[in-house]
Amino acid sequence: MNTTGSRHYPDKPAKVYLFGTCLIDMFCPEAGMNAVHLLEREGIEVLFPADQTCCGQPAHSSGFPEQARAVALAQLQLFPEPWPVIVPSGSCAGTMRHHYPEMFADDARLHAQASALAERVFELSEFLVQVARVSLTDRGGPARVALHTSCAARREMGTHEHGRELLAQLAAVEVVIHEHESECCGFGGTFSLKHPAISSAMAGDKVDALKETGAETFLSADCGCMLSLNHTLQKRRDGFQGQHLATFLWQRTGGEGGQR
Amino acid sequence: MNSQPLDFVPASEFKQRAADAVADDHLRKSFRGAMDFLIGKRAAQFPDAAALESQRSLAEHIRKYSLARLPELLEQLERKLTDNGVQVHWAETGEEACAIIVGIAQRHSTKLMVKGKSMVSEEVELNHAMADAGIDALESDMGEYIVQLDGEKPSHIIMPAIHKTKQQIARLFADKVPGAGYTESVDELIGIGRAVLREKFMSAEVGLSGVNFAVAETGTLCLVENEGNGRMCTTVPEVHIAITGIEKVVDKLDHVPPLFGLLTRSATGQAITTYFNMISGPRKPGEKDGPGEMHLVLVDNGRTQAYSDEQLRSTLQCIRCGACMNHCPVYTRIGGHAYGTTYPGPIGEIISPHMLGLNATHVLPTASSLCGACGEVCPVRIPIPELLVRLREEAQHDARPGHAPLRGQGAAKSRLVDAVWSGWAALYTRPALYRAFGWLATRFRALTPPMQGGWTVSRTPMKPAARTLHELMAARRKR
Repeated sequence: MNTTGSRHYPDKPAKVYLFGTCLIDMFCPEAGMNAVHLLEREGIEVLFPADQTCCGQPAHSSGFPEQARAVALAQLQLFPEPWPVIVPSGSCAGTMRHHYPEMFADDARLHAQASALAERVFELSEFLVQVARVSLTDRGGPARVALHTSCAARREMGTHEHGRELLAQLAAVEVVIHEHESECCGFGGTFSLKHPAISSAMAGDKVDALKETGAETFLSADCGCMLSLNHTLQKRRDGFQGQHLATFLWQRTGGEGGQR
Repeated sequence: MNSQPLDFVPASEFKQRAADAVADDHLRKSFRGAMDFLIGKRAAQFPDAAALESQRSLAEHIRKYSLARLPELLEQLERKLTDNGVQVHWAETGEEACAIIVGIAQRHSTKLMVKGKSMVSEEVELNHAMADAGIDALESDMGEYIVQLDGEKPSHIIMPAIHKTKQQIARLFADKVPGAGYTESVDELIGIGRAVLREKFMSAEVGLSGVNFAVAETGTLCLVENEGNGRMCTTVPEVHIAITGIEKVVDKLDHVPPLFGLLTRSATGQAITTYFNMISGPRKPGEKDGPGEMHLVLVDNGRTQAYSDEQLRSTLQCIRCGACMNHCPVYTRIGGHAYGTTYPGPIGEIISPHMLGLNATHVLPTASSLCGACGEVCPVRIPIPELLVRLREEAQHDARPGHAPLRGQGAAKSRLVDAVWSGWAALYTRPALYRAFGWLATRFRALTPPMQGGWTVSRTPMKPAARTLHELMAARRKR
């Protein structure tokens, strides 16, 4: 499951595909746009196949492999050129990179296609550090932020250091460590719906730990975790809110909040 | 045969137990503190990540190799043990295991059996069977002694009384142990327990123990412990009965040290335990100590079901260190009793369905955010998250053609849930329909339902953005 340190990275490409993910599409499209802006600033053309929907993870992790496979199959054909596929979410990237090949294990042609795609899937922060090799210039004032890395980014994709490396490039930004940093935020997709008591307890502990750092905001490269924590904070009528890492990076480095 | 534990919590009650547990501040704090302590102790034992990975690889291979040869290793173990003078018994179910042990105890007309720590004896509900036969089964591991004294079950497989505070134990001893006064001194409390147990070791006819590794080539039963009670149970009484699951066998003595080293360091953060017993048979003529008679009861109780499936077989690699529960954010929040099964936490979620059937346990594999912490620390690399997903799948579906159904196969099936996922797939496989849905959801975002099931228990409702990313990207293309 853990692939940390074992990945071979290609040279910086002229073009990439963006797989926006269903959560970003519907609930935080600005994070997707900010990812596009960050990539374009590096001179990379971003292709966004209009027929993309969802990676299939929700059905896969809920025990509905046929439905997951059908949805995954609908994505499989959308990235025909050999460009990298950038996913601004560790858990969706993990599904495409690690679960697509096994989902199509019984069909040689599709398995080969899924494996070839999996090789080209990169989580956004991983791609910015390892492939685009970005050099960010901080244009903001002093700021103190906490970082929550999703479990999939940490344990499945092994990309938990990349977000930290990007933030380290921002001169005026201090990244603070929170208690039990590597612990799950309690989102877990349909887990948050099926086991609300346990999920809420985990989310509550996570927001407490993030707030205790005295940070002004928290960042996450996964919209699922971020939304779960933000909505938990909103229910508590707490003004402390998180941002997607792409949004924060874009705003700190001179981009504007919205579209360009 | 259904060997459902007497205090088993049905699936429907798990959620209520979990909700009660997370609302209990005291329980939350004590589990968090205890788990943090154990996590820290383990981490200190593995300073070199690369070295740990190579040790895990070796341990994983030893366990996989042993399981690949399980039938022949079990036969070899039986032959060797028989040659050594040990009587070997096979139990397909928990009831059979209990009947065998009760039978042995009755042949010796014993009124008292002292027990070393054995989770398999918990699994088969041995103490109840002994009580029904009028025989006292006294737990001699200090943690087990405490929970037994309070009429409870272990809440952790390694630290059975981890849910109890010093003050609770002080009160319990003062109330239940004849002649004991109230003291919060840990040394004094242990002294009280020890005095009671010492007396019982001397008077019991039968001693019972678990087994950590059963070595086929030599017929040796290895027992890992810290308190010396295991050695007392296996050497002082005239009869020693060992009980274990059929998966605990390894081929060679050489295979034990790598597993032993990972077991103690993963479990309690100890480089080695205080005691390591290697038991190869009863007292021989001329020897001064050891039992005159020795038995091994090998228990299946659903393990063959896991064994029969290539993927689920990895469940049986487990060496019962408990690291998965120590690192589990769910276990840390709800404690061991909420699960209602002998084995709590991640290992319990993947093994209980084989022992008790999916109809009774199908909720357990869903009680995980699939964060992967368990799989990351498992010393024998059981892919626990993948097994959880697999069991969710089996609970939701009939057996695939050509596959034997699991017990309770399809127990969680519901037409409504099927329809939801089929509808979901229909939407997400039709891009034009999906875009239209996104258009509508964003335009009518003011109509977002304020109550969104489990999500809004502690969160505000999810509300679509003003425009989807699809629309924003399409607008850019047109410019």
